[in-house]
Amino acid sequence: MTDTLLQVQDLDIRFRVDRKHEAFRAVKGVSFDIPSNTTVALVGESGSGKTVSAMAILGLLPENAIIAPESRAMYGGRDLLKASLGEMQAIRGKDISIIFQEPMTSLNPVFTVGEQIGEVLRLHMGMGLRQARTRAIELLGEVGIPDPQLRVNSYPHEMSGGQQQRVMIAMAIACEPKLLIADEPTTALDVTIQKQILDLIASLQEKHRMSVLFITHDLGVVGDIADDVVVMQNGLVQEQGPVKAIFEHPQHPYTKALLACRPRLDRRPKRLPVIDDFMKGDGRPNLAERKRGTSASDPIILEVKGLNKTFFLKEGLFGKRAVPAVRNVSFQLPKGKTLGLVGESGSGKTTVGLTLMRLHDATSGEVLFEGRDLLTLTDREMMAYRRRIQIIFQNPYASLNPRMTIGHTLVEPMRIHAIGADERERVDMAFQLLKRVGLPEQSFYKYPHEFSGGQRQRIAIARCLTMKPDVLICDESVSALDVSVQAQVLNLLQDLQDEYGLSYIFISHDLAVVKYISDKVMVMNAGEIVEMADSDEIYRHPREEYTRKLLSSIPKGWEIAKVA
Amino acid sequence: MSAVLTTPAQAPVQESPGLWMLAWRRLRQDTVGMVSLVIVAFFLAMMLASYTGLIAKDWAKEKGVSYANPSFLAGAENLEAKAMAAKDAAAKAPPVDLSDIDPLAPYYGEWQKRAEKIAVTEVKRAETLPFGGDKWGRDVLKKVIKGSEVSIFVGLAGALIAVFIGTVFGAMAGYWGGFINDLLEWCYNIFTSIPYILLILAFAAVAQATGSFGKGIVSIILILALTGWTGPYRLMRAEYIKHANREYVKAAQAIGASNRSRMFVHILPNVSHVALVQLSAHVVGFIKAEVILSFLGFGVPVDMVSWGTMLAEAQNELVIGKWWQLAAAGTSMAILVTAFSLLTDSLRDALDPKLK
Repeated sequence: MTDTLLQVQDLDIRFRVDRKHEAFRAVKGVSFDIPSNTTVALVGESGSGKTVSAMAILGLLPENAIIAPESRAMYGGRDLLKASLGEMQAIRGKDISIIFQEPMTSLNPVFTVGEQIGEVLRLHMGMGLRQARTRAIELLGEVGIPDPQLRVNSYPHEMSGGQQQRVMIAMAIACEPKLLIADEPTTALDVTIQKQILDLIASLQEKHRMSVLFITHDLGVVGDIADDVVVMQNGLVQEQGPVKAIFEHPQHPYTKALLACRPRLDRRPKRLPVIDDFMKGDGRPNLAERKRGTSASDPIILEVKGLNKTFFLKEGLFGKRAVPAVRNVSFQLPKGKTLGLVGESGSGKTTVGLTLMRLHDATSGEVLFEGRDLLTLTDREMMAYRRRIQIIFQNPYASLNPRMTIGHTLVEPMRIHAIGADERERVDMAFQLLKRVGLPEQSFYKYPHEFSGGQRQRIAIARCLTMKPDVLICDESVSALDVSVQAQVLNLLQDLQDEYGLSYIFISHDLAVVKYISDKVMVMNAGEIVEMADSDEIYRHPREEYTRKLLSSIPKGWEIAKVA
Repeated sequence: MSAVLTTPAQAPVQESPGLWMLAWRRLRQDTVGMVSLVIVAFFLAMMLASYTGLIAKDWAKEKGVSYANPSFLAGAENLEAKAMAAKDAAAKAPPVDLSDIDPLAPYYGEWQKRAEKIAVTEVKRAETLPFGGDKWGRDVLKKVIKGSEVSIFVGLAGALIAVFIGTVFGAMAGYWGGFINDLLEWCYNIFTSIPYILLILAFAAVAQATGSFGKGIVSIILILALTGWTGPYRLMRAEYIKHANREYVKAAQAIGASNRSRMFVHILPNVSHVALVQLSAHVVGFIKAEVILSFLGFGVPVDMVSWGTMLAEAQNELVIGKWWQLAAAGTSMAILVTAFSLLTDSLRDALDPKLK
């Protein structure tokens, strides 16, 4: 450890919402240091103020933010919070740079990646066009993009998500910054890519001897790369210290909860511990183990035989190119059990889900639901089955109609399927379901934007339950949620399965979550099933190379096993 | 927090307030929106009152002298009125005696006696009118009121129909895609490839030749609507393409909502802001388009008045310094159009539950 690079003291930020309401206090007196040549992780749930704090350091807060006068962010003898716009522009990108969560939206789609990296170099380093290009190629090579001479002329859409994030990193380190702020840089990426990006950041940090401020909601991720950890909750720092101390001897109940609520590969409690268990209870959640697995005698509710789905892309004027998304997929879903479906983006797992629901038309194959082939039914005949297979989408922010109240959203499916005798009964049922998924009754009158991500996902679950389905397809249903909220939603899904005997098809790229919730796991790659086995079996003895590769990419965290 | 959210939890049977009810509650909070609403309502009331004959019934009476001054400009010189008066005076001068060569001369005396039996009351023409008079001495203020009847009705009805057609076609093209989209795109291309005035004239010619649209105002409205749907169509199509694949629409499909319900119950409220903005733009455009049509002789008949015909007259009057007809028609149009635009803006905000 050497001298301090950046010192944040009593950072206090409020947001003016409107004239009538009092300003909302997002960050309440936060202090932490970033020593040079170290990685500091800023961990907390959505709304904990971690991103706001980082943006304040860079002077990128929106207009309505008020920073309290006693707040300080000392960098090289200067207070960044009081620096002029000109000074900040000289520092941003050069001394301090940032990587955002979504590489797809952070890159400008109409410029090649070479031009975008070059722009930074010309602005801050005063390089010429040719020089900047040469340096851009070097940087692309450094962040691990194959064939940098060729790829320097690529447009962002020609690259995968992981490569785009690498380009963002190349831009961020272009001017050899002293501090790199990484705001959830891996949340939008697949587990295998996530691992690569984390390794890349760690190696660059070492090589350039810079400091990294790593912002994440997932404590599991930071164990591998961080030196120091700052845990934030509701705008306050709850605990901070070296990573070893945080993982081995967490002091604050909130830190303990964050460590515990992520599903683990080595055990499977009946219910996942959630934050409330630690904050209110005695700190010892129920750790009884749940048994998973299927047996040959389980009754089968859904059977898929030889499912194929091919998309056609237009090529040239008349040409068409066939892109097989799902190839010859067959599986059986036992009643009341959970089938996990794992794979990276583009492996076709979501297409399988949508095709089962007939939201996509299958190219060939059979989907037998209690013996009837859903794919050959007419739309009218399908209506009866539509009710019985339901889907919960990934993004709870996109899957609820923003112009409909929750009440309307819940009553509509019952109206369509004539469930309940009259409107009054349907409204009653909607209220009961809200209660069942743990939402207050007033929610009935509210709109989706008034809820957090986890609450919205509960609403989406309640909407499916209105139709009393038999099969529920969960398409990355918890992937967009914070780990702590994820645990709550997983517990809810488990409770509902126990209560109503629902069968789940659980699609996810997160192997730990799939392991926790599934009886049987199916690994998909490039549209084909790679391996299928009972969940404990597949994690203990993976047979295929691809499965082993997926398993090895799970962030180890800090050998969590030591903690408990 | 609005009042809705504090509804007591123990009232589960209460029906949730609809989107429009909430929109109305939010609109009431919006000062600009409410002022605009009052102004638009005032204009609509004026239009109705004029239509039912409550006000401005006698707009066509020639009450004042030619180009009568507004009463606030009573002293201003009025050369046109003087010229007309001189002409009248000249007409009243005794005619030159031609009796020795006029074969009808013996009958003049008899006719004179008969004419005296008919009472001729010489109307004393007013020197000034509240907001001035036009060439024939008609009250400009009453003309504006009467003219609003045609202009507002044409603007509103035309824009509503045009946006309605555009929305339905746009929804179909954007939502279904494929063959329907191709067909509608071809229609759109044909409509937009013809110069606008030419297109209007073509429709007007057909309408007049066949008489199928009826006469006068109805035919103008239909002509404008049938030529003006292309703009809203194109924008709505784009919005529908964007929204048709959103997850909330997929979710609606998953619960079994029909295509029609997905198009108009789920997507439409989310894209209604586009339709509203188009509506306000088209109301303005159509009020102006009616001017062009009237000017070209396809508009309202000569025995009716609209803001358009007033503006057309005003062109000649302005040269001789008679500005009040232009001012009256222009100001009322500007006020209405501004109020309407602000109202649609407020409505758009009110319909968005995210903005409080």
